[in-house]
Amino acid sequence: MSTAVAEKQELVKEAVPRESLFSPKNKKLITDPLNDDNPITVQVLGICSALAITVQVQQAVVMSLSVIFVATLGNLIISALRNTIPSRIRIIVQLVVVAALVIIVNEILKAYLPDISEKLSVFVGLIITNCIIMGRFEAFAMGNKAWPSALDGIGNGLGYAWILLAVAVVREVFGSGAISFPGVGQIKFLPAGFYEFGYMNNNLMILPPMALIIVGIIIWIQRSRNTKLIEQN
Amino acid sequence: MAIDKNSNSYTFVFAIILVVVVGASLSYASLTLKPMQVENSIQKEMMSILNTVDVQAERSNAADLFYTNIKERVTLNYKGEVISQRSGKIDPKDVQDPFNVDVQKEYRSSQLSIESKQFPMYLAEVNGKKLAIIPMVGKGLWGPIWGYVALEEDFNTVFGAVFAHKSETPGLGAEISEAFFQNPFKGKKLYDESGNLVSIKVKKGGADDTDTHAVDAITGGTITSNGVSEMMKRTFGVYDNYFQKNRTQLTGL
Repeated sequence: MSTAVAEKQELVKEAVPRESLFSPKNKKLITDPLNDDNPITVQVLGICSALAITVQVQQAVVMSLSVIFVATLGNLIISALRNTIPSRIRIIVQLVVVAALVIIVNEILKAYLPDISEKLSVFVGLIITNCIIMGRFEAFAMGNKAWPSALDGIGNGLGYAWILLAVAVVREVFGSGAISFPGVGQIKFLPAGFYEFGYMNNNLMILPPMALIIVGIIIWIQRSRNTKLIEQN
Repeated sequence: MAIDKNSNSYTFVFAIILVVVVGASLSYASLTLKPMQVENSIQKEMMSILNTVDVQAERSNAADLFYTNIKERVTLNYKGEVISQRSGKIDPKDVQDPFNVDVQKEYRSSQLSIESKQFPMYLAEVNGKKLAIIPMVGKGLWGPIWGYVALEEDFNTVFGAVFAHKSETPGLGAEISEAFFQNPFKGKKLYDESGNLVSIKVKKGGADDTDTHAVDAITGGTITSNGVSEMMKRTFGVYDNYFQKNRTQLTGL
């Protein structure tokens, strides 16, 4: 009997007229995670990697790209399979998909960007346990069509990425005084005059606790500006 | 016909298909990327070996510099006898090649008896100077530490030393990979006046400038420092026989 109900629901779903690719609803899938529903600052997920690999901007960039890739492709695959996945093993299926994608990303990094891969070390592997990704699979991709799911993956990946980048820029500029770019070398952001007056790079910035404080400051700024996030008591 | 998606057989079939597809794609990815990864780790090792003898190499020129500076690769057994010798291009499949001996794996392996362990060594000629580079592995506080020590022709004077670690405490034990810790090793001696091996000690509380067998330890990194001492003493003990036999003259005594 339950299958009959499920089939009926599917029919109802199919009857909904097709939306354009970038309808306001679809656009919201990308813009929401950037601010109102940010995975790091609002849902407070993926904090572990945000603390660990934001010492250098280039690490943060590679990590962000990896997460965007895994979230998007994973959402797409789960969404495409959503009507065939047996519900009893759905979490395992999601885990297998995310694990496979992460291993592929890790192998590619090891082959093409060995130095960065070494610095990211276990954190690429830990994308598997990143709650952002499993959360999106279970909460969104299991119940939505492929295209919105892909957008949702990109959106959440970008929401994760910009926080990571913001934290990394602050930490590298104040911790090392310069940001190093591959192929370009270090670009100094603080004038040399600062150092003559006794300014010193802040070593605390390089340590993980500072990342937590910076994320906290970002959350504070965001909450004070975004009225939707202010809790009413 | 509608398939019952809640049935056990459907669940099993789905799981099997999924695992086969995922497994196949992962092994394909692994196989196609393997050669590049091997290449990368070879370059990395070449870079650290060259670093010990003051040759700065980048990934792009590591292989060229390695082949011009490192003349010969030798593997010794635990008694310090030469068991294999190679020169020229490295073949990643040649298990006899000293370069392919995984020192770390052999050190940790509990099944491998001391008799079957291999101890590689690199003989270099940099700017007319003959040097021997010895890889070593030991234990830090949290995980493995390793390094390369380059010796001059007398197999006594240290020309340069490079250390690295997997997971020592940042700011404490992790400082062994910094230049300020490694530089003082230069010019230190392994043997005392009567020709006995004393190795180099990483000394807590600071080493005398005149002491040719000790360097300063790292404050707060005692266990890592002791690990470095132990690693050097044990490794040089193995190479001792070779050194005694092959040295031309014992300088600096």
